Amino acid sequence: MLPDGTRLSETSSFADYLSVRAPELLPAARVTDAGSLAGVTHGTTIVAATFDGGVVMAGDRRATMGNVIAQRDIQKVFPTDEYSCVGIAGTAGLAVEMTRLFQVELEHYEKIEGTVLSTDGKANRLAALIRNNLGMAMQGLAVVPLFAAYDLDAGVGRIFAFDVTGNRNEERAFHSVGSGSTFARGSLKKLYREGMSETDAVTAAIQALYDAADDDTATGGPDLARRIFPMVGAITANGYRAYSEDETAAIADQVIAARMGRPDGPSAPLT
Amino acid sequence: MTQPFYVSPEQLMKDRADFARKGISRGRSVAVVLYDDGILFVAENPSQALHKISEIYDRIGFAAVGRYNEFENLRIAGVRLADLRGYSYDRRDVTARGLANAYAQTLGTIFSSGGEKPYEVEIFVGELGDEPAQDQIYRLMYDGSVADIQGFGVMGGQSELVETYLGEHYRPGLTLAEAIRVAVTALGQDTTPPRSVESSALEIAVLTRSRTQPRKFRRLRDADVVAALES
Repeated sequence: MLPDGTRLSETSSFADYLSVRAPELLPAARVTDAGSLAGVTHGTTIVAATFDGGVVMAGDRRATMGNVIAQRDIQKVFPTDEYSCVGIAGTAGLAVEMTRLFQVELEHYEKIEGTVLSTDGKANRLAALIRNNLGMAMQGLAVVPLFAAYDLDAGVGRIFAFDVTGNRNEERAFHSVGSGSTFARGSLKKLYREGMSETDAVTAAIQALYDAADDDTATGGPDLARRIFPMVGAITANGYRAYSEDETAAIADQVIAARMGRPDGPSAPLT
Repeated sequence: MTQPFYVSPEQLMKDRADFARKGISRGRSVAVVLYDDGILFVAENPSQALHKISEIYDRIGFAAVGRYNEFENLRIAGVRLADLRGYSYDRRDVTARGLANAYAQTLGTIFSSGGEKPYEVEIFVGELGDEPAQDQIYRLMYDGSVADIQGFGVMGGQSELVETYLGEHYRPGLTLAEAIRVAVTALGQDTTPPRSVESSALEIAVLTRSRTQPRKFRRLRDADVVAALES
């Protein structure tokens, strides 16, 4: 039997539906005592950069729990529909759940309305989900995703950053979030060029993550012994494509080889 | 004071069934056919926006005949049920059987309750398996009865004529183009002499194993349909 209320067609939003039907499943619905939590897993650095014909997003693979490494091969870049992806930094448990809800939210709208949300519509929905988590963020469990999408109408890649209150900023060229983001953004600022190719953008992203890991203890660098490299996804007019381990490893190996000669990475011209 | 007339339960159910059947038989038919790579849904539907065939979940498709507002309600309820279940458990835990049961309960309750009029709809729920042998199709009637379909099925309009033609021409392991041709020719058998159905009036979608994404549902564009019909 279909549950009561499912035959009413008042909303196309899965999150709104969930808040009526099963509010306990919403990521932000739990109340905790501030300061009672120890051993919460945190994700660290995400970078994104646009290129000619799309946008690329990459994340390191480390999750930390205080001073301990909780996981060496965590996935932090998730496709959310055919033309968008989310990279997560902050409290891993909440962030992964929020991403899952966001994925269902986009798919749910698409199935019910028979059309996909606009890129701005997607970004606004994600902002609302982040805002719902504000109570948790006040208690130290913040979730700060980075959202990247290929805008089919405009034909360009777009990047959106958020703060814990759901304020959304569109970034034109590149952006970074997480504990190593200061270093990653400086690195991208140096390496980014207008109209880069996809491969160049992926290389720049991996360089930026290397620089973040170089200076931030919570960001994981390339793990040569275990062959664990950053996770990379690119979105173009053909949709989202996750780079295979071999593809990322090939680019990462080039970056590492160059760092053997110059550990601080490529230099940019002075003027 | 007037006494209400006594109506026997048999007569009451028969009247409600006649009412529902009459409503359903006014529309055109919808056919579903298993082919070598998945499940094909074919509907005659001149509208590009009001769909008779839809995606419910990764591997589950939906086709309906009858009153649009009624089956649209059931479709949305199905999407919500599937998304809620997939979100609270796992995507693999959403099954056509569970959905068909929910539809059967809902339609059965509405049919036998005194208040509401029975729904004038019939529904196919199809689920794509990992292997052709695991493909499942359920047919739901206006009174909540469920049937498990093997190979092909037709509902709505003059479905007996269409079904007879399909029965004579269907064989397991059809290619997609062959399945489309058989199904489209079958839909034209509802009049004497048979008519040919314009490709622009067709709504065709498949659940196909050849899609690499988790969501296996795909609508065929007009060009794909024309190519299949002419091949």
